[in-house]
Amino acid sequence: MLEGAPDVSRVFLPRDALQRVLDALTGSGFLCVGPRLKEGVIVYETLAETAALPQGVHDRQAPGEYSAEQVSSPRQFAWANGPQALKPFLFAPREALWRVVRDDKGRLTFREVQPDVKPIAVIGVRACDLAALALQDQHFLGGAYPDPAYAQRRDNLFVVAVHCSHPAATCFCVSTGDGPRATRGFDIALSELDDGFVAEAGSVRGKVLLDALECSVAAAEQIAQAEDEIAHAARSQSRRLPGRNLRDALFANLEHPRWEEVAERCLSCGNCTSVCPTCFCSSAIEQPSLDGDNAEHSREWDSCFTRGHSYIHGVVVRSDTRTRYRQWLTHKLGSWHEQYGRSGCVGCGRCVTWCPTGIDITEEATAICSGVAT
Amino acid sequence: MSGKPKVAVHKFSSCDGCQLAFLNLGEDLLRVAERVDFVHFAEAGPVEPHAKVDIAFVEGSISTPDEVARIQQVRANSRFVVTLGACATAGGVQALRNLADGGKWIAAVYAQPEYIHSLATVTSIASHIKVDLELWGCPVSSRQVLGALRALLFGVVPVEEQDKVCMECKRNQTVCVMVAKGIPCMGPVTRTGCGALCPAFGRDCYACYGPAENPNTLGIARRLEGLGLAPDDIARRFLFINNAAPAFHEAGLRAKGEAHGGKP
Repeated sequence: MLEGAPDVSRVFLPRDALQRVLDALTGSGFLCVGPRLKEGVIVYETLAETAALPQGVHDRQAPGEYSAEQVSSPRQFAWANGPQALKPFLFAPREALWRVVRDDKGRLTFREVQPDVKPIAVIGVRACDLAALALQDQHFLGGAYPDPAYAQRRDNLFVVAVHCSHPAATCFCVSTGDGPRATRGFDIALSELDDGFVAEAGSVRGKVLLDALECSVAAAEQIAQAEDEIAHAARSQSRRLPGRNLRDALFANLEHPRWEEVAERCLSCGNCTSVCPTCFCSSAIEQPSLDGDNAEHSREWDSCFTRGHSYIHGVVVRSDTRTRYRQWLTHKLGSWHEQYGRSGCVGCGRCVTWCPTGIDITEEATAICSGVAT
Repeated sequence: MSGKPKVAVHKFSSCDGCQLAFLNLGEDLLRVAERVDFVHFAEAGPVEPHAKVDIAFVEGSISTPDEVARIQQVRANSRFVVTLGACATAGGVQALRNLADGGKWIAAVYAQPEYIHSLATVTSIASHIKVDLELWGCPVSSRQVLGALRALLFGVVPVEEQDKVCMECKRNQTVCVMVAKGIPCMGPVTRTGCGALCPAFGRDCYACYGPAENPNTLGIARRLEGLGLAPDDIARRFLFINNAAPAFHEAGLRAKGEAHGGKP
C-alpha cells in the first residue's frame, strides 16, 4: 500500500461497537455464537452480549494438555482455538435422517426428517477453520448428491472471522498454508487491537452490515499493527509438517516401524478425529420405537479408530491400532490429495492438544516420511 | 396365556440395581408388557423361576454353589440368555474376592461364618453357560436393555456398543476432563453405553461399562502415571467394578506387579 493512500476497504470498529455487530446480526434473525470460557476451555456458545467474551483469557496448549489463564488485558480474542471448530454447527454430531412407519397392513413408509435449522452467526472463527470449512463444503456439497442437512445449515451460516494473533504451541497452520490470516469464507474479518478492531468485509451482506455501522476508515498505523500481529503469529509457530503433499512419502512407508511404535501410545479413542475440523465419517444407527411400528434412522460421528468403521460383513479390516492410525494418517495427509485436491490437514493442532496421550501428528508424519527409522 | 414372547428376569449375586432398568421405565414398562409376558421377575412380582422362556435376562454373578446349578437350569429353560450388567457380564465388584483370600474376609466380617456358603471365586455368567448377548454397565441403562429386547423381538442381532466413551464425550461436545483439567480418566479404554455421563458432570469416567474393544490398557496406565497416579492407584482403576474382565484384570495385575517390583 502506498503511503498516503488509505485502505478504504478496512474500517476501524471501536471495541464497544462489536455489540452493535451482534445486535445487527440478531436483528437479522441470526443466533449469535461465540467464544466463551466454559469448564476452563474456550468453546463456542450462544453469545448475546460481548461482555460474555473471554476478555483477558489466554490459553496454553501442549500435546495432551490445555489450560486457560486470566490476565489483565482488554483483548477478547487473544487465544487459539478450543476443541470445537465450525464442524459441530454444520455436520451435527448426531442427527436423524429418516423415519420409517409401518401401517396396520404391514406396509412401510419412509419419510425424510427435515432438520430444524436456524440461522447462526459464528463470531471469532480462525483461518484454519475456514480452510476446513472449504474442505467440508467440498465433501458434503460437491458431487451429484449434496448432503441436504449440511447444505441447509451452510446456507444459514454467517461468519465473523478474527485473524489469529495468538496461535498455540500446537498450531502449525503456516506449514499447511491455511493461516494465520483468514483469506476466504468469511462475511466479516476482524483484526483485534487493544482498543477495537480493524474490520473488512468478505461478502456483500458483510459489507452491508459494516457500512450500516458508519465506522471511520482504519488509520494506516492501525492497519500496520494488525498486519504486524498476523505476521508475528506466523513467525511464532514452531511445529510444521514435513511437506504440503506427503502422499508418496506415506505410501512408500506403509511398513515403517513407527506405525507400530505410535500404536503403543495411541489409545484408539477417536478424540483426534472428533476434534479434527475436516474429518467427516459417520455411522448409521436405527432407533425403533418400543411397539416396533416405527423407527428412526440417524447418523452420528464415527471415527476410523473404531472397530465398526472397518467392519464389512463379518470381517473387521482394521482390528488393531497400528492399521487404524495408519489409515487415518495416510488418508488425511495422503489420499486426500487424490480425493479433494489437497491435504486434509489445516494445521489447527487440535488433534495434538486433545489427544489424551499427546500424540503429535507433525512428529509422527516427520518420522514416517523420513524413510525407515534406524 | 397369550402368544406373546415370555421373558424372565433372574437374579444371581448382585445389588438388584440393573433390574431397575425395567422398573424405572414408567409408562414404557406398560408398553413393554403389551409385547412380552414377564413370567418371572421377582423384583416386580411374578415368580416362576422354572418357567420356559424366550428371553432370560440374568442379573448378577455366580458366587455360591446353588447358583452354579441354578444358572444351568436358566440356560436349559431359555431360548436367549442376555446378561444384565457388570456382575453378570464380568463378575462385578464382588469378583474382587478372587484377588484376595475370601475365607479370611468372611471370618473377619461374619460372627458365624459357618452359615456362609460361597465359592472361592466369583465368575461371570458366560464362564458357566453359553450367553447370547452381554450388556455391560453398572448399572445397565434402560435404553440399552430396551434396545436389546426390541432387536430380539424383531428377530435381529442386537447392536453391540463397544466404542470408547471418548467418542460419546466428543459427540456431546463435553470438555475432556483429562486434557483440560488433568483428571485421570478411564474413558479412552471404556465402553460407551452410558452416554458419557460422568465427564458431562466434570468428573472422570471410572470404567463402569467395562473394557471397550481394542483397549490400550498399557497406554492409558502410562498416561495415568504421568498424571501422578501411583502404581497401586492405577491398579485400582482397573481392579474395580469390572476387575474380572480379562483386559482389566491383566492390566490391574500388571500395574500391581510393578508396584511391588515384580515383572509386568
